Amino acid sequence: MPQQTASPKLPQHPRVGLFVTCLVDLMRPSVGFAAAKLLQDAGCHVEVPAQTCCGQPAFNSGDRATAADLARAMIRAFSHLDYVVAPSGSCAGMVRRHYPELFADDPDLRGKANAFAEKTWELTSFLVDVMGVSDVNARFEGVATYHDSCAGLREMGVQAQPRKLLGSVRGLKLVEMEGSDICCGFGGTFAVKYGEISNAIVAEKTARITESGAPMVLAGDLGCLMNMAGKLSRQNSPTAVRHVAEVLAGMDELPPIAAPAASSAAGKGGV
Amino acid sequence: MTATITSPAFRENAHQALQDKQLQAVLGTMRTGFSVKRAEAAAALPEFEALRDSARDIKNHTLAHLDLYLEQYEAKVTASGGHVHFARDAAEARRIVADICRALGAKTVTKGKSMISEEIGLNDHLEREGFTPIETDLGEYIIQLRHETPSHIIAPAFHLSAAQVEQDFRRVHTQLPPERDLSEPVSLLNEARQALRQHFLAADVGITGANFLIAETGTSVIVTNEGNGDLTQTLPKAHIVLASLEKLVPTLDDCAQMLRVLARSATGQDSSVYTTFSTGARRASDPDGPGAYHVVLLDNGRTGMLGTSFQEMLRCIRCGACMNHCPVYQAVGGHAYGWTYPGPMGSVLTPALIGVEKGGHLPNASTFCGRCESVCPVRIPLPKLMRHWREKEFERHLTPATTRSGLALWGFFARRPWLYRQATRLGAAALALAARGKGKFASLPFASGWTQGRDFPAPEGRTFQAMWAAQAGKRRLAGAQPDVKGQAQ
Repeated sequence: MPQQTASPKLPQHPRVGLFVTCLVDLMRPSVGFAAAKLLQDAGCHVEVPAQTCCGQPAFNSGDRATAADLARAMIRAFSHLDYVVAPSGSCAGMVRRHYPELFADDPDLRGKANAFAEKTWELTSFLVDVMGVSDVNARFEGVATYHDSCAGLREMGVQAQPRKLLGSVRGLKLVEMEGSDICCGFGGTFAVKYGEISNAIVAEKTARITESGAPMVLAGDLGCLMNMAGKLSRQNSPTAVRHVAEVLAGMDELPPIAAPAASSAAGKGGV
Repeated sequence: MTATITSPAFRENAHQALQDKQLQAVLGTMRTGFSVKRAEAAAALPEFEALRDSARDIKNHTLAHLDLYLEQYEAKVTASGGHVHFARDAAEARRIVADICRALGAKTVTKGKSMISEEIGLNDHLEREGFTPIETDLGEYIIQLRHETPSHIIAPAFHLSAAQVEQDFRRVHTQLPPERDLSEPVSLLNEARQALRQHFLAADVGITGANFLIAETGTSVIVTNEGNGDLTQTLPKAHIVLASLEKLVPTLDDCAQMLRVLARSATGQDSSVYTTFSTGARRASDPDGPGAYHVVLLDNGRTGMLGTSFQEMLRCIRCGACMNHCPVYQAVGGHAYGWTYPGPMGSVLTPALIGVEKGGHLPNASTFCGRCESVCPVRIPLPKLMRHWREKEFERHLTPATTRSGLALWGFFARRPWLYRQATRLGAAALALAARGKGKFASLPFASGWTQGRDFPAPEGRTFQAMWAAQAGKRRLAGAQPDVKGQAQ
C-alpha cells in the first residue's frame, strides 16, 4: 500500500478534526480523549465537529445510498479543517480508500471526496508520518502485544507507526504474537451475521495472544478490540485489552475493555 | 445442471465444518503451511511485485481482446491438427466430451486435475454414459474413491488426514496384502502410483485441464507436481483439453511471466515439478503422443462477466493463494462454500456462475480483511468485488429483511446528528446501567450471533460527544479559548 505523504505546506499547528468514530463515541469515549490529548501534545488544534458515522456499515452491506448520504455529511462537517484524524484504521480507511470510489461517478462531489480522502489519517500514522512524533512522553508499566487491525494495515499502511510510538512509552515492553497481521474475525456486521465463524476466528487469535505471554493486547480499532476482549472475557482470560491510544496517553487508571469497573489492578496491564 | 450446489446452506455447512474435529485439525496446519512458503518465495524474488503487475496487465490485455485471441488460438490449434469445440454451458461441454469418447470407442478415460471437470460434473456424466473415468492426480484420486468433491482448488484432498486416506486405500485396494505398512505418506503415494499405472496403460482417452492456453502457438499448458498429467495426455489415443476461455494468454513470453507468479503464489515453489506444453496431435515424426487433440472451451456464464466490474475476476489463474490466506476458509474449509470454487475467489466467481440467488451467502461471509487481495498474483480486488455482490443483493432485495430493517433504522438516526446524539447518549447510559458494573454482557438479545461464543463489552456510559461538549462548556465558563466547534446542531 503506498504511503500517503504529508502535505509540504504543513502548518505548524494544524487544525485537526477528531473523527472520533461511532464505536468510540458510544462505547469507549476515553479513547477519544486519549486521541485528543495525543494530537494536542503534538501541537494540533483539535476540534470535534458534530458527527455520527462514516457510513461504512451501510457501504459494506451494499447500501450505497445510505453510505453516500453519511459520507456527504462527514465531508461537510469537516470541510474547514486541515486534517481529519480517527483512532481507527478501519473508519479512516473507509474515508481514504472508499469515499473516492463512492463518488467516482458524481462530478459535483468527486473532487471534494478525493480532497477529503487525502487529508484523512489514522491516529498513530498521523502522529508519526505527519506530525513527526517519535516520543509520546508517557509511562505505562507492563508487557503488551500488538494486533494489526486489517484495514489499518492493508488500507492505511499502519504497522511501524504504532510500534514506534509504543517503543517510546516508559515502562512498556512490546512482544510480538505469531500472526499479528491475521484478522481477528470481527468484520463489522459479519461478527453477528456469521457469529459462529467469527467466533472460531477470534478463538485462533486469542490463542496466539495467550501464547505470546503478554498480559495485555493492544490494537488501533475498537471493533477488533471489542471482539478480542469479548472472547478473552468469555475464556476467563486475565489478559487486558486496550486501544493503543489509551496506552500512548498513559491512561492506566481506566479499566481495560470488558473488565469490571472496579478492578483497576488489571487496568495496569496485569502488573 | 452442474456440480451439486449446497451454497444456499452455507451457514449450516459452516456449522458442520466447525464441529468436525478431524477437519479442524487439518485446517489448523494451514496457518504454517502454504502462506509461510508463499511469503518466503515472494521475498526471495526482488521483482515479485513487479511480476504481479505484469501478470495483471497481461490478463487485462487478453480479456480486452478476448475475441481476437480466441480466433487466433482456434486457428493455431486447427493448423496443428487439433480441434477446438466451444461449449456455451456445462451440458454442452459434457456432451462434447462424451461424444468424442464415444466416437473413439473408449472405455477407460484417465483424467489430470481439472476444476472445469468439477464445475461441469463430468465424472458422473461419463459414468452414466458408460465410460470409466479415473482421476490420476493423487488428491483427485483419493476424493474419487470417497465420492467427494475437492475442498481446495490446488489441493483437492486438503480436508483429509493421512490416516483417512490409509483407510480408503485399504478399503479399495483389496488385491494388496492387508499387513502392508501405510503409515508414511510416501507409502500412500507409491501405492496410488502402482494402482494408477495400469489405468494409464489401459486408457483410451486422457482429459486434462489447462493452466494456460497460448494464442500465438495454439498450445495448452499444465503444471503438476506428480507428472500424472503427462501420462494422462501422452499415452491414450486422444487428449482432450478441458478449459474455460479466460485461460488464454497471447504469447509464450506472456505464459512464461504468468508461470513465474503461479507456483510461487500457490505452493511457494519457484516452479512446479512438471510444466508441460502440448501443441496439437502426434505428428508423423513424433515418437509418441495422442493421435487426436481436442480442446473444449467452456463459457458457462463467463462472457456475461465481460464488460462488468466482475471482468476482473476473469484474471484469476487458480493458484489458491486467496483461500490459503483467508481466515474464513481456514475456519470452515472448502466444502462449506457449497460449490466447485471455495474461498475468496469462489465467493466472487460462484455467484456469477450459479446466480447470486444461490451463491449470495458467499460474498457476505467475509470479514473484508483484505489478505486475499494482498497476495493475489493478478491483483484481483476480491473484497471490492464481494462488496459489489452485496450491492447487487441489496438492489434486488435479496439482503435478509433483518439486515435491511436494521440498516434502515440505523441510517435514520445516523442521518440526523442531533437525534443520533440523543439516542446514543441514552443508549450508552442504558447499556452501562444494564451491565451493572461488570463491564460486559454475557448475552444480548439483538446480538446473539456475537454473544453465543463471546461476551459483549459494555460501554463506559457516556458518549464522547456529550462529554467533550460538557468539557468545552466548562472551558468556556473558565474563559479559556474554545477549541471545539459544532456541538450545537
